Amino acid sequence: MGLVESGKLPKPLTQLLNTSRKYSLWMYQWGLACCAIEMAAAMAGPRFDIMRLGVIPLPASPRQSDLLCVSGTVTDKMVPAVRRLWEQMPDPKYVISMGSCANCGGPYWDSYSVTKGVDQVIPVDVYVPGCPPRPEALLEGVVLLQERIQNEDMADKWRGDPIVVS
Amino acid sequence: MTVTESEQLAYVAAKAADARVNVELETDDGMTLNIGPQHPATHGTLRIVAKLDGEQVLWVEPIMGYMHRGYEKLVEVRTYPQITTLVNRIDWLAQTCNETPFILATEQLMGVEAPLRAQYLRTIFHEMGRIAHLTMFLGDMGVQIGALTPMFYAMRDREFVLNQTESVSGGRFHPNFNRIGGLKDDIPKGWLDETIRIMRKMEAFCDQMEELLLGNEIFEQRTRGIGIIPAEIAQQYGLTGANLRASGVDWDLRRDVDSPMAWKHADFNVVTHTDGDCYARTWIRLQETREACKIVTQLCEDLPAGPIMAKVPRIIKVPAGEAYVATENPLGEMGYYVVSQGDLGPFRVKIRTASFHNISIVPWVLRGVYVPDIISILGSLYFILGDIDR
Ligand code: SF4
Repeated sequence: MGLVESGKLPKPLTQLLNTSRKYSLWMYQWGLACCAIEMAAAMAGPRFDIMRLGVIPLPASPRQSDLLCVSGTVTDKMVPAVRRLWEQMPDPKYVISMGSCANCGGPYWDSYSVTKGVDQVIPVDVYVPGCPPRPEALLEGVVLLQERIQNEDMADKWRGDPIVVS
Repeated sequence: MTVTESEQLAYVAAKAADARVNVELETDDGMTLNIGPQHPATHGTLRIVAKLDGEQVLWVEPIMGYMHRGYEKLVEVRTYPQITTLVNRIDWLAQTCNETPFILATEQLMGVEAPLRAQYLRTIFHEMGRIAHLTMFLGDMGVQIGALTPMFYAMRDREFVLNQTESVSGGRFHPNFNRIGGLKDDIPKGWLDETIRIMRKMEAFCDQMEELLLGNEIFEQRTRGIGIIPAEIAQQYGLTGANLRASGVDWDLRRDVDSPMAWKHADFNVVTHTDGDCYARTWIRLQETREACKIVTQLCEDLPAGPIMAKVPRIIKVPAGEAYVATENPLGEMGYYVVSQGDLGPFRVKIRTASFHNISIVPWVLRGVYVPDIISILGSLYFILGDIDR
């Protein structure tokens, strides 16, 4: 797969690979706080049902997953574990930061123990704002991420700007 | 990505702390098993370190603080109305239940009392929070044991309760609806009838769960006689709520303590069980959901008319003094000790949360059990990480 890494893949093949990657995102959920409940509602709740978008929740280990969803407050004590789990994921990998806490610290912007944004330690692709965001907002974030994956050129992956769901 | 020096130092310090814990755990005999901090069975970020001899646990140590957000320090720099927003997020499943004791403590210091209608509505929201919370527990308890189906039922029916909260306050959870002296708004038209209808649905859900989960043979085998906590030990460790009542102690703050809430106008039972095992704790919570539905229905039916806000000044200054108010929350006793020095914000707030005390029994109750039972016991003790670490 040297071709994929060098980014010199023929166009049709890239399209095919991207379409298949887009509809089989294994999502490792890093549920940390209140937002985890909304994430669970999006995953297990029949009302929202994230699986119809091709996202498969509950992989057994980060080594099997393509997408990390950090939802909730990241504390300074937790940061090394977040970083380590992200490092264990195979490339190409994507990160959704769900909730104000994971985006920027949220209501704990002046707390001594909360990390003001998970993007300080891992690169984030999609920011979903809200405290907590509704499950629909998470679905919207996933759809936007899929759009990005579809149009993605492997070599370009790290050059894009993050998406903000509004 | 630019990283400042202080951030880098904090990162290094955290790594060093992590490494230190790992070194301390290296032992000569037996095996040390680390569960968490990210593990589905630990409800978030509890980390448990167990020393095993084969399948048997020799000792365990819960390591907490992964969700410490510094509430008690933060409230010192917020004004009273701002604090309700913050404390909402302590026990993130319980909606308004976190606000109630704080608001009551502040009102007690100010010498105001909410009008009767507001008291009724507060109690209704409090109990609806309990229903949403315990519904989640019933689903989650199945997942712990390996039954995924109850979760989907729980998630489906929980949405109805959240919808009701949303239609009155605009938030699915974290409604932030209580104000000092009353409530923000009155309820919308038709809300009461709809709520009563939903309570009937939730009662049906309880019946369903009773057959689906508690009647399941495998579930019984995994929970009956596992993790027994005698009443005496439970009291010594300061357990409250369903964990205490499952051990046979008849103690419920809703009934036993007089507070300016509407529980005294409702007719409900305090359910107890004598076994003190995982099954009893699950059973109690199921019955409590039923009782909560009963309370909500009764209060909706005889909700009095009147104002929803007492007379309070626009800028809230609380006279100097101290107050401790606790209420019965889904997890147990939750109380706020508020010390005021006459400013816009409190001087100090001590938050007594139920989970912190409930979790303190873990080293005792897990000693000598087998590894699969750790999951049932932790699941049935039921804690919320934000409630432990605050
Ligand atoms: S953003 Fe709000 S809801 Fe989400 S974890 Fe933070 S405090 Fe909780």
